[in-house]
Amino acid sequence: MDEELNNPKYEIPPEIQHQVAITTVDKIYNWSRRNSLWPMMFGLACCAVEMIGAAASRYDFSRFGMEVMRASPRQADVMIVSGTVTKKMIPTIVRLYNQMGEPKYVVAMGVCASSGGPFKEGYSVVPGVDRFIPVDVYIPGCPPTPQALLYGLMALQEKIDQQSIQTVRWYKKGDSSPIPIPVLGPDLMDPRDFDLIKRRAQENLQMEEQVSPTNIEEADSHVG
Amino acid sequence: MLVKTSSDGIKDLLSRYGDSLLADTRPGFGGYFIKTEQLVPFCRSLRDEAGYDYLSSVTGVDNFPEDQMEVVYHFYKTIGGPAFVLKVQASRHETVIPSLTPLYPGVEFQECEAWDLLGIRFEGHPDLRRILMWEGFEGFPLRKDWREPFFEDENKPFKSRWPDGHVLRTEEENPYKNNVQYPAAFDPDQWIPAGDAALYEGLLSLTKEGQSDFKTDHIVVNLGPQHPSTHGVFRMVVALEGETVLSLKPVMGYLHRNHEKIGERNTFVQNMPFTDRLDYISSMSNNFGYALAVEKLMDVHPPERAEYIRVIMAELTRFLSHIFSIGFLLNDLGAFFTPALYAIEERELILDIFEAASGSRMMCNYFRFGGVVRDLPDGVLGKIKDLVIDRLPRKLDEFERYLTKNDIVRVRCEGVGVLKIEEAIGLSAAGPVLRASGVPYDVRKADPYSIYDRFDFDVAYGLHGDIYDRYLVRVEEMRQSLRILKQALRDIPGGAVMNGKPQYQVRVPAGEAYGRVEGPKGELGFYVISNGKPNPWRYHVRAPSFINLTSLSTMAKNQKIADVVALLGSIDIVLGEVDR
Ligand code: SF4
Repeated sequence: MDEELNNPKYEIPPEIQHQVAITTVDKIYNWSRRNSLWPMMFGLACCAVEMIGAAASRYDFSRFGMEVMRASPRQADVMIVSGTVTKKMIPTIVRLYNQMGEPKYVVAMGVCASSGGPFKEGYSVVPGVDRFIPVDVYIPGCPPTPQALLYGLMALQEKIDQQSIQTVRWYKKGDSSPIPIPVLGPDLMDPRDFDLIKRRAQENLQMEEQVSPTNIEEADSHVG
Repeated sequence: MLVKTSSDGIKDLLSRYGDSLLADTRPGFGGYFIKTEQLVPFCRSLRDEAGYDYLSSVTGVDNFPEDQMEVVYHFYKTIGGPAFVLKVQASRHETVIPSLTPLYPGVEFQECEAWDLLGIRFEGHPDLRRILMWEGFEGFPLRKDWREPFFEDENKPFKSRWPDGHVLRTEEENPYKNNVQYPAAFDPDQWIPAGDAALYEGLLSLTKEGQSDFKTDHIVVNLGPQHPSTHGVFRMVVALEGETVLSLKPVMGYLHRNHEKIGERNTFVQNMPFTDRLDYISSMSNNFGYALAVEKLMDVHPPERAEYIRVIMAELTRFLSHIFSIGFLLNDLGAFFTPALYAIEERELILDIFEAASGSRMMCNYFRFGGVVRDLPDGVLGKIKDLVIDRLPRKLDEFERYLTKNDIVRVRCEGVGVLKIEEAIGLSAAGPVLRASGVPYDVRKADPYSIYDRFDFDVAYGLHGDIYDRYLVRVEEMRQSLRILKQALRDIPGGAVMNGKPQYQVRVPAGEAYGRVEGPKGELGFYVISNGKPNPWRYHVRAPSFINLTSLSTMAKNQKIADVVALLGSIDIVLGEVDR
C-alpha cells in the first residue's frame, strides 16, 4: 500500500509497523475505486477507434486500472461516450446509463460528445451528451489522441480522489431515480420538457393563425 | 449477369428509345433524361442488351425553387468502362418514380435513403421505410427548403463570430432548449412512437415465404445498436428458427450525422475534413475521391509529385484498413482481441506516417484540389520505404502463417455466407465483397484514375464468395498494395505538390461530376453538382459500406446466428460511412 494512503495520525508501535496500516474509509474506498475503472465497451463513432488504439499495446490504458472493457453496462464503472451522439441513439445511451450500477462516471470523449463538434449544426445530432446525462470529464479533440484520452481518464481518477462517501450521490437518500428516456417524436423529445414543447406548439399554432396569406409560404418553409 | 455486348449496343438502344430520351444539354452536365414510364423498360434493355449490369449509385437531387425533383443513376459495366448516366424527373409535390429494385436489387437501401431524406417515393419498392431517420420524423431534411434547428444562414462562410469584441455562439442565436421544432398544436402526451412495428412486420413477412407445413415459432432477436460485435452503432434484426436465420434486416441511422446537408452548406474546401469522418479508418482515400470529383469540375490536374504522394497515401490506407478489418474479423470469430492487437501495432506505424505528413493521426485532411496540402517532411519517404520493403511484408507473412491455414478459421469461414456472382453484381456489392464472389472489378483497373495506369499490379479475386475468400482477397490486396507502393517509391519525382497558390475559396464552374475511387471498402463515389456558387448545390456520397450492407440479408439467409457476426465482419463496414 502506498505511502500516501498509509497516513496515520496515530502512533503505531514499532513492532507492528509495516504490518498494520491505518487510513480513512474515504481514502481506501477511493483508492480501490480509482484503480479499477472498467470502461464500457461502447463505441459510437470515429473516436471509438482511437479508444481502441488507447487500449492496444502502444498506449495500453490497463496500466492505469482501466483493465478490461466490459460490453455489459452492469459490469462497467465508466462510460466513455466516444463519438457523435445522434437523436436516434440517445434513448439507448440514456438507457445504458440507467443500467449501469452506481458508482458510475461518464467521460465525454471528443468534441462531438462534448458539444456536437463538427456536426453540431446537423438536424439529427444531439449537441453534447450532457444535455441528457451528467458528464464528469470532457476531453477536447477530434479525435482526441490516445494520450489525451489517458489524461482524461487520469483526471477522472483525480476527481474520484476528491470524493467523500458522506456526500456522494449514491449514498444519499431518495436521489436514485433514473433519467427519463427521451422519446423519438417528430423530433427528439425529452420527457422533462413536455410542458415546454406543448407551449411551443401552441405558440406555433397561434403564429400560423395570425400570419396573413402572403406570409403563409414563408412560415411553411420554416416549419419544413 | 455477364452479357456479351457489342460496343454499339448502347447506340441501338438510344435510337430505339429516342422518343422518350432527351440528352442533358445544360453546360457541364451529361447523360440522358428519360420519361418516367419508360424508366423500367429502358433499364431492362440497358442491363440485358447493352451490358450495363452494375448500377453503382442512385442520387436524388432537389431542384428547388423549380417544382422538380431529379433522380440520377450511374450505370457501369462490370467489364470496365465509363458510366452511363440516366436521369428522371418528377414534381416536388407528388414525387413518385418507379423503383428499380426488381432489376437491380442493390438499389433497395439507396432508394430508401432518397425517400427518407428527400421524400421521393419509389413505386414497387418492397420495403420503403425511413432508413436513416426514424419513422415519425417530421419532414424531409435534404430538401432545400427544409431548415434544421440550428439554422444560421443559407451558406458558409458565416458572418463573423466575433462581431463587436465578444464571441457569438449559435446557442445564443437559437436559445430554445435543444432547439428542436414541433408541428403546430402538437401534443407530446398523445404521441405514440412508431417504434419498430413496421420493421418486424416486414421481417416476418419474409419468413413466411416457402415455409413447410411444419409450424414452429419464430423468434425475433435484436443485435445492437449496442453490441460488441456490430462494429459500432449498428443493429440487425433477425428472425430465427432454432439457431437458423430465416431473415435479417439491418437497421441503421444511429450515426447519421447529416453529412450531405452540412456538405451542401459548406464551401468546397470545407468539405474536405468532413470526408475524413466518413470512413474514419481510411480518411486518405475519402479525400482522394472527393478531390477527384471537384477536380473534374474545375479541370485542374495535380503535379506529378502530388499524384505519387496521393497514390502512396491511398495504398497505405488500403493496407491499414484491410489489416484492421482482418484483425476484427478474427475478433468476431472468437479470437478475442489478440489478432486485433497485432493489427493495431502495424496500424500505429502507418499512422505515424500520416501524422508526419498531415499533422493528424486519423483525420488527415491532406488532399486539396490540384495537389496535396504540403510536401512530405524530410525522412518520411525513408520511413515508408523501411515499412514497405521490410516490416509490412514480414508482418503480413506472420499474419498468414497464423491464420490462412488455421483449421478453426477455415472451418468457420469456408462455405459460410456465400454470395453468388450474379447476386453480387445485382446487389451492387463493391470492393472485396464483389471481388471475392468472382468479379475481378476494381476501379483502379476498370476505369483508371489518377496515375494507376502506370503501375503493374493484379486484381485479387476469389471464386467462392464466402467469408474465407473475402479474407484471402484482402490479404492478396495488401500484397498488391505493397507492390504498387514499391513502384511508386521508386518513381516518385521531385517538384511542387500543388498547382498554383493554395486557395481558401476555390472557383468551381457549374456542372456535375462523379468522382470515384477504389477505396478499401469498395467503390467510393462523390457526386457533386456546382451551380457556380462557392458551395456545392448537391453533394452525395456513394458509400460502399452502406451499399454492401444490402447484400447482408442475402448472405445471412439460412446461416447460423453465430455466423452472422462473422459475416458482418467480413463485409467490413464502418458506421461513419454507412450512416453518413
Ligand atoms: S469528435 Fe471528431 S473524431 Fe470524435 S466522433 Fe466526433 S467527428 Fe469523430
